Amino acid sequence: MRASLASRANQVRKLVLQQSKRADVGHVGSALSIADLVTVCAEHADAGGDEPDRDRLILSKGHAALALYAALHLRGRLSAEELDTYCDDGSRLGVHPEAELRGVDFSTGSLGHGLGLGAGSALGARLKGRSWRCFVLLSDAECNEGSVWEAVMFAAHHGLSNLVALVDVNGQQALGYTRDVLSLSPLEERWRAFGWDVRVVPGNDVAALDAALNELDTVTPGPPHVLLAQTEFGHGVSFMRSRIEWHYLPLSDEQYRQALAEVEAAAGDQA
Amino acid sequence: MRRTFATTLAELAEGDPRIVLLTGDLGFMALEPFSDRVPDRFFNVGVAEQNLTAVATGLAEAGFLPFTYSIATFATMRAFEFIRNGPVLHRLPVRIVGVGGGFEYGSAGYTHHALEDLALARSLRGLRVIAPADFQQARSALLATWDAPEPIYFRLGKDDATTVPDLDGRFDPAGVEVLGTGEDVLLVTTGAITVEVTAAAQLLARNGIDAAVAVVANLNPAPVEALKDVLGRYRLAIAVEAHAVSGGLGSLVAEVIAETGVDCRLERRGVSAGPDGISGSQSWLQRKHGLDRQSIADAVTRALAAAR
Repeated sequence: MRASLASRANQVRKLVLQQSKRADVGHVGSALSIADLVTVCAEHADAGGDEPDRDRLILSKGHAALALYAALHLRGRLSAEELDTYCDDGSRLGVHPEAELRGVDFSTGSLGHGLGLGAGSALGARLKGRSWRCFVLLSDAECNEGSVWEAVMFAAHHGLSNLVALVDVNGQQALGYTRDVLSLSPLEERWRAFGWDVRVVPGNDVAALDAALNELDTVTPGPPHVLLAQTEFGHGVSFMRSRIEWHYLPLSDEQYRQALAEVEAAAGDQA
Repeated sequence: MRRTFATTLAELAEGDPRIVLLTGDLGFMALEPFSDRVPDRFFNVGVAEQNLTAVATGLAEAGFLPFTYSIATFATMRAFEFIRNGPVLHRLPVRIVGVGGGFEYGSAGYTHHALEDLALARSLRGLRVIAPADFQQARSALLATWDAPEPIYFRLGKDDATTVPDLDGRFDPAGVEVLGTGEDVLLVTTGAITVEVTAAAQLLARNGIDAAVAVVANLNPAPVEALKDVLGRYRLAIAVEAHAVSGGLGSLVAEVIAETGVDCRLERRGVSAGPDGISGSQSWLQRKHGLDRQSIADAVTRALAAAR
């Protein structure tokens, strides 16, 4: 499980690079930073199922949808042919995910929306007496949005332990570092003060993420769970690490070759 | 309308476990008919209209029929993007219930006056927009649409006693209700201000002017054919709404006239002045903006004289 998750996350990174290059679009750094989170969440939520009582997976930081598409593909829920339409005219795979696609439970792209959607879904499970869980992936800067905290209060008040938020704490936002733009510190204490079960985990370590998710009690009503995943923006590609331009830029041919070589070398280490 | 709506919704909820009512901490002396009868499916989410709408969207995806409740301004404007990217984008059956169209919150002031909600709501393709004229029509509209698959915005008034003469609660989900057979002029209106408009028609009748009143409870999708039919019988129509003069009913009627080629001149009456910080009761504000029965009647008389 551990090795296969790690290698799958690396394959997600490789697909992110390949498709970003093919489509000539950006958001590469964001997608790389959540490759591990998406891989583990997709595994836990069995993403891509269509049963009414399935776990929900909401990519509230919708701009990293390519990582989700890659994870769905690796789970056999999205064909290679369709993945190859990423950002093409007429494709279901845009930069931000649309719920038309199986495996995308809610369309996102406007930050601050996903956690409330997840809270509604988690409340729905409780009202129906069902056990589905709702996983919501947020970015750290997304926590600038007031609506996130509306949902945070609501979920805690209603004891929605079947709601699991995962915050991609990469410290990077659209115009700078989060500490410079609008400080989130102390993020852990803030979530805890709002009544959540908070765990700080290494966000680019699939084994640690997997173990953290396995520990959660999502059945007994109680505090909702949040994993503050300490990630690295652009993880896996040395020249993208914590570099703001990779929020935007597509890859040049040379950059693409180097990035792919680094990711493939990491895959070799795991093998 | 709001209490009737809550009572009717409670009746429906007792027969259908999918119905959930969520409020953004409003509805004192209004929602009790529901919260007392269906407490397990009544949620006060607090003063948080964005989350109100997002939670409703999540519930709808899970198979529920959620109704969200707040003052019309907050329900539509604060939460607008959540409506757009939630139930509209996902085509989910969330019902947004906004209470107090126009100046119903009178001296509460500009922050509470819903003067742009219809324009916003009707710009959303896929969002049905219903503004009942009185509590009887509100009940009929709810009974006709409660389990429709698309999202709906209900713009409700606060009045649970006054009825529009001869409307008798009629609601045609695709149509327009025409009151009276007057042939001199057509008054077109929507929502709770309809009682002022029908009263204006009575004032006009005393002066020998025969007006009919078209009550447009459906604003989106626009009842184009029904409006075209009735407008085609008149040379002059006056649209009256408790809403900004642009973007709401008057604009809708203008679009129908322009696009169908109906030979009918239109005068739009609504709120055209900007905010000035001066407060007053609903009736005072309606007089100030020319939306009381006498001002409407005077405007019709002037328009008819000008048209001759």
